Amino acid sequence: MLGLFIRVLLGIVLVICITSLAGYAMAATPVPQAVHDALDAMGPQSGHIVDLWRIFLVACAVVFAAILLALLYVLLRTPRADNDTPPDLSTVNRPEPAPQRNVTRAVVVSVLALMALIVASVFTDRALARLSLADAVNIELTAHQWWWSARYTNGGPPDFFVTANELHIPVGKPVVIDLKAEDVIHSLWVPNLAGKKDLIPGRSALLQLRADKPGIYRGQCAEFCGFQHALMGLLVIADPPEQFQAWVQAQRAPAPEPQDAKAIRGKAVFQSVSCAMCHSIQGTLANAQHGPDLTHVASRQTLAAGTLRNTPQELAAWILNPQLQKPGTNMPATPLSQDDTDALVAYLGGLK
Amino acid sequence: MKALLLAALAALMLLGGCEREARRLSTPAKNQSATEEANRVGSLQPGVSLTGKVRQALRNDSPYEENAFAVAQGKRLFRWYNCNGCHSNGGGGIGPALMDSEWKYGSDPASIFNTIMQGRPEGMPSFGGHIPEDQVWQIVAYVRSMSGQLRKDVAPSRGDTLYPGNPENARPKLSPQPQQPPASTPQGAR
Repeated sequence: MLGLFIRVLLGIVLVICITSLAGYAMAATPVPQAVHDALDAMGPQSGHIVDLWRIFLVACAVVFAAILLALLYVLLRTPRADNDTPPDLSTVNRPEPAPQRNVTRAVVVSVLALMALIVASVFTDRALARLSLADAVNIELTAHQWWWSARYTNGGPPDFFVTANELHIPVGKPVVIDLKAEDVIHSLWVPNLAGKKDLIPGRSALLQLRADKPGIYRGQCAEFCGFQHALMGLLVIADPPEQFQAWVQAQRAPAPEPQDAKAIRGKAVFQSVSCAMCHSIQGTLANAQHGPDLTHVASRQTLAAGTLRNTPQELAAWILNPQLQKPGTNMPATPLSQDDTDALVAYLGGLK
Repeated sequence: MKALLLAALAALMLLGGCEREARRLSTPAKNQSATEEANRVGSLQPGVSLTGKVRQALRNDSPYEENAFAVAQGKRLFRWYNCNGCHSNGGGGIGPALMDSEWKYGSDPASIFNTIMQGRPEGMPSFGGHIPEDQVWQIVAYVRSMSGQLRKDVAPSRGDTLYPGNPENARPKLSPQPQQPPASTPQGAR
């Protein structure tokens, strides 16, 4: 009785610990309104997957309950014995037709139930493959350690544009994402919109999805990929179609020229120190491809792949020492004077 | 006594292993002059040119000569910063080969550091101020591994790119032959 009490107590403590940890993780998210919930389908693809999950949940719950009931029945029906009762050896040399029949029935039922689950899986796969792709938005998504680059490839090459760590998609229109990886195997998981799919170096895979409700959906790398796998986030923002078109037009434009003296100095700093060795800003001399494209960095909500809020303070801290917030990231610390840092942050803050 | 000696030896070997495996994510103590006192030699610079001088190596030792992680980072950066654009995978092309025994401007870590920071005549850009100095030291360690100057367990054993030759740790250690740079290069002759 005391043991049971202690176990229940431990269970309650564990639940409190886990929920408070989850609460802490949520509070640390730079975009708290971004949803990340596999059971809250926001499109047809995740809807099919949630349906399959419910079928599995019901089937497994019924089987679990049946087994527990059978166990309880057996425990209650077993003849009680004390230390002096001689062991019952009557079944050693005698076949037991009734239990054998029961085992056979249970095996047949299990096989049939598992077959039913396979059929449900096959139909879910077919439904996933049947998403209408007419008039789709094409995105080439490349995973890097530890961030995402995205190239929108609708129209001809002059219309292509590159962005990073934040996808915008139109509500109600299908999106075809071409998945690639630059260095190691990653996996894309935006649970509210679609299932997981791996991004493998040297190969490409397609993921089709559609968002039916506007909102901000958080994605996450779902395949361990090194030091900062946990901080490799992605925001998928579903906008109404006309708002999406406005965003596309803004992204296609080269970076706006800085107007005030501080931002002009910031642009010079960006192109002369180590920033320009890895990043690119369309319309300037900086055109390296190893870090996120910063042409319209100020239009994004987060920095460092969903790690930090995009505020001047967090941007300055990130530039001066990225290893504090994201130890192991390939972005090196950049020692800059206070004036240079302020100018650089002012310039980047103007890249809407 | 003998046991004590053996234990000390074993501890020493273990310490060596620690350095090979260490992954330092923040910049360690620097081995370069506190002030920027060396002139830039190369006329080219990546991005927008910086005016002013660059730092030099203070002592002739590299912080990463025995650190496998840093050498691997150096290998990545060698491609990221387009060193292979001129030096190819070490075999040379527009720039001189780095995997042979000929060293125009010195094969020791300090000389390579200064070559990257200052640049050199005839096309080697001056990277001082454009690449964090910690990363320059990583590239120095990798460049030395190309001709087998590093220990075999430290040098990279594979690459991520298609390359038909031996990996750095399978190359023989070449003894560097210093070449005096020509005393006077006639103007216009390249």
